[in-house]
Amino acid sequence: MPSPRYRREMPQRYRLEAGKCKGCGKIFFPPRLICNKCGSQEFEQVVLPENGKIVTFTIIRVAPAQFEAEVPYAIAIVELENGVRITTQVVDCDPEKLDIGNEVKLVFRKIQKEGKTGILLYGYKAVLV
Amino acid sequence: MRDVYVIGCGMTKFGEIWESSFRDLFVEAGLKAIKDAGVDHLDSMYVGTMTSGLFIGQEHVGALMADYLGMAPIPAVRVESACCSGGLAVRMGFLDIASGNSDIVLAGGVEKMNDGADVTFALSTAADQEYECYHGVTFPGLYAMIARAHMHRYGTTRNQLAQVAVKNHFNGSMNPNAQFPRKVTLEQVKSSVLVADPLTVLDSSPVSDGGACVILASEEVAKKLQKPMIKIIGSGVATDSLALDQREDITALNAVKVSAERAFKMAGLKPSDIDLAEVHDCFTIAEICILEELGFAERGKGGLFTEQGHTALTGKIPINTSGGLKSKGHPVGATGAAQVVEIFEQLTGKSGERQIKNAKIGLAQNMGGSGASSVTHIFSLM
Repeated sequence: MPSPRYRREMPQRYRLEAGKCKGCGKIFFPPRLICNKCGSQEFEQVVLPENGKIVTFTIIRVAPAQFEAEVPYAIAIVELENGVRITTQVVDCDPEKLDIGNEVKLVFRKIQKEGKTGILLYGYKAVLV
Repeated sequence: MRDVYVIGCGMTKFGEIWESSFRDLFVEAGLKAIKDAGVDHLDSMYVGTMTSGLFIGQEHVGALMADYLGMAPIPAVRVESACCSGGLAVRMGFLDIASGNSDIVLAGGVEKMNDGADVTFALSTAADQEYECYHGVTFPGLYAMIARAHMHRYGTTRNQLAQVAVKNHFNGSMNPNAQFPRKVTLEQVKSSVLVADPLTVLDSSPVSDGGACVILASEEVAKKLQKPMIKIIGSGVATDSLALDQREDITALNAVKVSAERAFKMAGLKPSDIDLAEVHDCFTIAEICILEELGFAERGKGGLFTEQGHTALTGKIPINTSGGLKSKGHPVGATGAAQVVEIFEQLTGKSGERQIKNAKIGLAQNMGGSGASSVTHIFSLM
């Protein structure tokens, strides 16, 4: 994950910035340039709510190299209070005890690092509330 | 559009093929297909491969394969749509002939996954890099989330998932080209190592090397050949969001549904007209969802349909008679073409022990990523 590419996603990963379609109101995370529902290209910037609930989840036991030290870890699709769904790790919990419907809150955490000597990469993870 | 026929096919054994290189695998399959078809030249070729760049550092695959197949300077195009690259190569070959541009086309696929690459990472490039993989999602993880949602919503059981693997390994045990031609039990599937809960290693297709090719021809060429052949009577492609979380229904594979609807419409057929199908069982849950999207099972009942034996060799719609991706193996770029090889052999009566009697109409469905792309073809014995 070279640094320029990482920097572009900072508004989403650090501040949960999303795009709300001015045509139909659909909220996109990450933001898009054209709405896939109404075709509008006019958006306003909104910030996602931090609370939501688990729609589905898994426990990753075989991970790509950069996450190998963290297995087993939980990954979930979380539906936030405004209906937007995001994919995120669920941490600070026993993954075996998670369930669909669990209420979670997004927090700011280190996600991975850029190679062996690169920068640390941050973003959101979910914790149980 | 002109009619298009499949006049021959060839594939390598799937598995850990240490003695063959990436190019060897494709050329071996290609030469077998050319010999089987009985043609002396090609007008063009399409090569499906998902990520040869990450697996072995090789791109520019169309020209490489045309050269090593002894066919340069014919036009050669590399086709990529993750795990449905092979199916899409067949689709592009179909369009090439249907449009009147070519008369004889080789369409196939290849992948070399066992040469030392980080396979989990390479496969994950079919998912959304910035918003799925960044957080540590893997492909088994995405299908595991589909599985858990399906179980929660429809009551699909652990045994029903495992039954897909049991059935496909039973079929694959009769396929000499299969990577794992051995039977497994429900208990073995359930108690094997967890990869991403609730999916185990035996819910998952293996990491495979392999190549598969078919030769497509126009009616003008095909009718001169005195041999059994099949006709492409339906062809459909569709797409969906790359990221699973962007879909309204996590248990639905809309690209599969739409690609099949397009193929059925073109063929003028309905699901009950199909005698057998090869579908993209990259994980057991995938076959269950696909049964529903293709219209073979009711929504939410794919697991029950499997458990009741309807998809077995002796069932009303035999699914994955080859052993599927699960037992035969899943060299990702080759899979879609290998599905067509199985349908060709079944419809022309060359499937040996696993032969479905009197099969006339077959369907092949090949899927990319967590379902963001799908290709469906329907074939009829001529």
